[in-house]
Formats: sequence, structure tokens, C-alpha cells
Amino acid sequence: MHLVLPLLLSVGLFSIGTYGLLVRRNAILMLMSLELMLNGVNVSLVAFDVYWKDLLHAGQSLAIFVITIAAAEIGLGLGILLLLFRAKGTIAVDEATELREELS
Amino acid sequence: MSPTGADIVFALLGLVSLASAFLVVISRQIVHAALWLVVSLGAVAGCYLVMTAEFVAWMQVLIYLGAVVVLLLFGMMLTRAPIGPSDDLTGTNRVAALFAATALTAVLAVLVVDAYGNSMLDIDGSHASASVIGEAMFRFWVLPFEALSVLLLAALVGAIAVTKPHEGA
Repeated sequence: MHLVLPLLLSVGLFSIGTYGLLVRRNAILMLMSLELMLNGVNVSLVAFDVYWKDLLHAGQSLAIFVITIAAAEIGLGLGILLLLFRAKGTIAVDEATELREELS
Repeated sequence: MSPTGADIVFALLGLVSLASAFLVVISRQIVHAALWLVVSLGAVAGCYLVMTAEFVAWMQVLIYLGAVVVLLLFGMMLTRAPIGPSDDLTGTNRVAALFAATALTAVLAVLVVDAYGNSMLDIDGSHASASVIGEAMFRFWVLPFEALSVLLLAALVGAIAVTKPHEGA
């Protein structure tokens, strides 16, 4: 099997994720694009693990670690988004422009 | 160097994954985007199976398709995401984003094809089954594994602490 196929899949997923992250303004859709980018990285990690026949299986172990960190990131990210929604009533990222509260 | 069966299966799964990933970022309905994300991540899990990475494939199915997408759907419900098509999901910088993504694709694809264009993946001999990965994980990667479990606990506590309403506020 050609090594270049998984690497091209990885490149494609990462680029599509970048496009989504730049173009979306709904924060949940941005999180989804971030998941796509992480998956692109994972594909290349696994491909190189198989390519080099790594005895320590560093690539696949790191891929599992990345999946775990992505789960933690989604949990924490959604918590922050809920807080933002409670404060502003919207999760459109370009409307969250205030760095301080209104002076009274 | 002629394409083998594994090549063809991988290419088909990869095309499914890329097409549905594209639909995730251009869809005008937020729930449809989440469901296309399921298709995309599932196809990536199939790609892992073709590359003999069984354990990573099942972890992908369990954690991404099972947990992360459900969490995202919950997040949509709690933030009252619009049902049906809506135009304000996408910002105004579409041209710049398209340019950046296209440039990134071009640079990375040229680099990858130039560096590994003739390399072959041997998927006949190695089978990274769950026992092999488990042995590697608990023999060589124990410390990162434990650090990661502490990180997960910290993220859990942090998520609860962040979303908890303050007393008296």
C-alpha cells in the first residue's frame, strides 16, 4: 500500500479543518473543525507508525493520547461556550468582543 | 507499484471522509454538520483498520463517534442552535479562508508527495492488535498515560467549576 495515500488524507483533513476554523463564526462549528484537524494529524501519526514498524508503537500511542486530549478539550470547551452563552445570549465568536464589564 | 486492493479501499474511504469533512465546513444546517462529522470520523476509523491499526480504530469509534459527537449535539441543544438552514453560521472572510486553506493544501501536498511519493506501507506483517498496543502502552508509555489520566480528571473538575453558578451572583 502506498504511504502517500494516508498522508494526502491527512493533508486534506487538516486543510479542510483550517478552512472551517477560519470561516465559521458559530463556536460549536469551530470546535468541529478543530476535531477534523486533530484527525488529520492522527492519520499521519498512525501511518508513520506502521511505515517504520515502530517497536514502541509511539505513533499509535500518541494517536490515542491525542484522542483523549480531544475529548478533554471538547468537555472544557463546551463548558466555556455555555458560560459565554449564558453571559451574552449567543455563541457567535465575532460578537464576543468585550474584554471587560461595563463601567457603572 | 500498481494499486492493490488495500490502496483502492483506502482511497475510497479517504474520499468519503474528505467529502463529508467538506460538507461539515460548508453545511448551512448545524445539526447536519454534526452528522456529517460522524460520517467523516467513521470513514477515518475504516482507514485505520486498513492500516492494521485496530485498537486506534475502535478507540476512534468509541470516543469520537460515541462521546464527542454526542457532547457536541448536547452543546447545540443547550445553546439553542437554529434548527433548519441559517446563513449566519459562516463569517464574511470566506475568500481569505479559502486562500489560506488552498495554500496550506498545496504546500503540504507537494511536500508529502516529494518526500514519500515512492514509499510503500507494509500492512501484511504487522498487526497492532489491542494486546500489542497495550503492552507498548504499559511498558514504555506508562508515565504519559498516568499524566494524561490526571489531565482528564483536571479537565472534568475544571468543566464543572467553570459552569457552576457563583453563589450570590
